Amino acid sequence: MLQLASIKKSFSGKEVIKEVDLSVNKGEVVVIIGPSGSGKSTLLRMINALEYPSGGDILLEGNSILFKESKGKKHPYSEKELSRFRTEIGMVFQGFHLFAHKTVLENIIEGPIHVRKMKKEAAIEEAKVLLEKVGLSDKQDAYPHSLSGGQQQRIAIARALAMKPKMLLFDEPTSALDPELVGEVLVVMKNLALEGMTMVVVTHEMGFAREVGDRIVFIDQGVIVQDAPPQHFFHSSNKNERIHKFLNTLTRNAV
Amino acid sequence: MNAIWENIVDFMPSLLQGTVITIELTILSLILSLILGLIVALGRLSKNKVINRICSIYISIVRGTPLLVQMMYVYFVFPSFGITLTAFQSAIIALSFNEGGYLAETFRAGIKAVPTGQMEAAKAVGMDYSKAMQRIILPQAFSNVLPAIGNSAIILIKNSSLAAVITVTEVMHQGNLLAASTYQNMLIFTLVAIIYWILHYPLAIAVNYLEKRGGKRNVTASQH
Repeated sequence: MLQLASIKKSFSGKEVIKEVDLSVNKGEVVVIIGPSGSGKSTLLRMINALEYPSGGDILLEGNSILFKESKGKKHPYSEKELSRFRTEIGMVFQGFHLFAHKTVLENIIEGPIHVRKMKKEAAIEEAKVLLEKVGLSDKQDAYPHSLSGGQQQRIAIARALAMKPKMLLFDEPTSALDPELVGEVLVVMKNLALEGMTMVVVTHEMGFAREVGDRIVFIDQGVIVQDAPPQHFFHSSNKNERIHKFLNTLTRNAV
Repeated sequence: MNAIWENIVDFMPSLLQGTVITIELTILSLILSLILGLIVALGRLSKNKVINRICSIYISIVRGTPLLVQMMYVYFVFPSFGITLTAFQSAIIALSFNEGGYLAETFRAGIKAVPTGQMEAAKAVGMDYSKAMQRIILPQAFSNVLPAIGNSAIILIKNSSLAAVITVTEVMHQGNLLAASTYQNMLIFTLVAIIYWILHYPLAIAVNYLEKRGGKRNVTASQH
């Protein structure tokens, strides 16, 4: 469904992602983990071109989302054209980023009405179903600032789902949450995975990675160190030194 | 005492006529300068270097020259370029041009104060830049800068008194005329001052209210 081909990214001369290849199949949950500064968030943000890659190409269902071809030449899509692809790929941010001046319901129907050009009544109808799905039907008229972080993140997931995306990207969705609120967000994500949603998740939640992930992609210093199913990745026979060190640090911090 | 009252009754009709012109000057200039300010603010945030530069130069001219000079320039120099305007039109243009420069900086600060995540989230639901600006960024920026716009409007009311020097018959000019013919300087300029104070008062209350409301909102927002 999604292919990243020799994707590269540099920020002011510094290479953050060095020629990464990655493919995601329909219905798959790919969990990206790695130490901070490894480039995992940058990699995720390139998938919907919030960061435009410095090299390589990204194919969604076989079509490039970065370039159009005319007369045998590749031309990068304009910012306006890029926005068309972003409707197909939902994104959930570490900091939620709900629209602060809009109520919960307005947050969810904003995209469907003003981007998808849906009728307002129909959008509201669907938004209510999504709110029920994330367990926040009673909050539809609340403003984001009056909600807890966990509630805001569940609304953000509903907002992304309202666009009916082909896949969802999660950029450390629980890292900004108080520990007791992490669970409620992970439950929603797990249910989505069970329903067959294609997901790429950057996270530090190893329990989630192990339980829900179909593949674990470990990235360090801008390259993929290992791409393996969780049973192999977390197995004691996984002798990769960098992964070992990373997992050890996490356990040490957890104690 | 009676004599003073009689004078006041004599002076008020022309002062009130002037007040109407002052209000017209202020409202029209405010509307034009809000539009101009928004356009220039977006120009200053634009990645296009030429547009960016033009907007910076404009702001620099507004800041670097006195409003009085700007007003004289429009009224007395524009005719040399074949643009002849009435005193009232000249005053509107000079006031809007001047206020637009300051409002542009206000708007720019307001837009920059909206967290970058809001733009990213708007893009992530498929909005392009201009839709994200219209639907998500500007409404928040506008509510951020509403108190500052109120303060600008107050300054604009008082700045409009400079239109007197190019013979716009607003309240200051009317006061000047009365003073020249009656020598009642103290009474007349006291009345003029009181009129300006009364004009500014509702705006001052509005600004106070908006600042309090903004303060409260920020407190609730930062708790999370």
